Amino acid sequence: MKSIIELEEIRKKTFERIGMRKNKTGTRVLVGMATCGIAAGARPVMDAFVKELKKRSISDATVAMMGCIGACRLEPIVEIIDPHGSRVTYVKMTPEKAARVVAEHIVNGRVCLDYTMGEAERAEKAEG
Amino acid sequence: MRDLSLHLMDILQNSIAAKASKISVFIYTDTVQDELRIVVEDNGMGMEPEQLDLVADPFATSRSSREVGLGIPLFKASAERASGCLTIESMKGKGTIVTATFKISHIDRLPLGNVAETMVHVILSNPQLEVELTLHDSRDGSFHFSSAYINEMLGEVSISDYEIITWIRDYIDEGIKSNFGGVLNEIDY
Repeated sequence: MKSIIELEEIRKKTFERIGMRKNKTGTRVLVGMATCGIAAGARPVMDAFVKELKKRSISDATVAMMGCIGACRLEPIVEIIDPHGSRVTYVKMTPEKAARVVAEHIVNGRVCLDYTMGEAERAEKAEG
Repeated sequence: MRDLSLHLMDILQNSIAAKASKISVFIYTDTVQDELRIVVEDNGMGMEPEQLDLVADPFATSRSSREVGLGIPLFKASAERASGCLTIESMKGKGTIVTATFKISHIDRLPLGNVAETMVHVILSNPQLEVELTLHDSRDGSFHFSSAYINEMLGEVSISDYEIITWIRDYIDEGIKSNFGGVLNEIDY
């Protein structure tokens, strides 16, 4: 059984760990979780971000939900805001794509252009 | 929606949008009445009676970006498909209570889904929000989780830290299993 005593142990360890990196703000990951996002499968995507960041011990990045930005046909939508405030919008996300975004974009700073909203809209136009 | 936990997430977002600072979720099962009941209670801004009348209409929404709102209508449809119903009580300035019931054994009742995941995602996105979850089965036992209690215990450590979140997810999962295992056929003991 999970117990509160166990939580206290985790708290102590975490407290020691965070002491080393105070006041550092990192990347923000925002996952579209309105009705349209949820129905399109945003939850496994959000979960993939949380788990992938944990796996790589990136503790200064935060994952949060956001509302609908009006492009429901492109859901699940994820926005990545880097520490300088620049924003990239990824569309039609999956847990697999999330893993790549963490590795390439968040860790190495290279935007995954092929998943971006701009790219999706260009493809839509090309199809007519 | 594939399962009830996804509906729950959708309804919780409504409470957050209504600027609630505290949200309580209750999930009850009654094996004698063959009923599953999900209640979401918030202290958000609430609704006027006129607004309340319109809330189950897909073409009514408080949103300005678009003219449709499907959260409540879809949840209502899922409840009614399983011989249940959805009711909303609300008072302007006080808060809102959404109650959905389902016949447990109904072939069209959606599975409960991953409630722990829903709660964890809401907490991750709104670390300051007070979230409570109470599970209860008519046979015996109940389970209670309160983010305010956890927050108080954690002190300087954030509730949205991965290690803490992982513990919360497992803790709620165990609560679901021990209360609803064998009651809802999708959940193992």
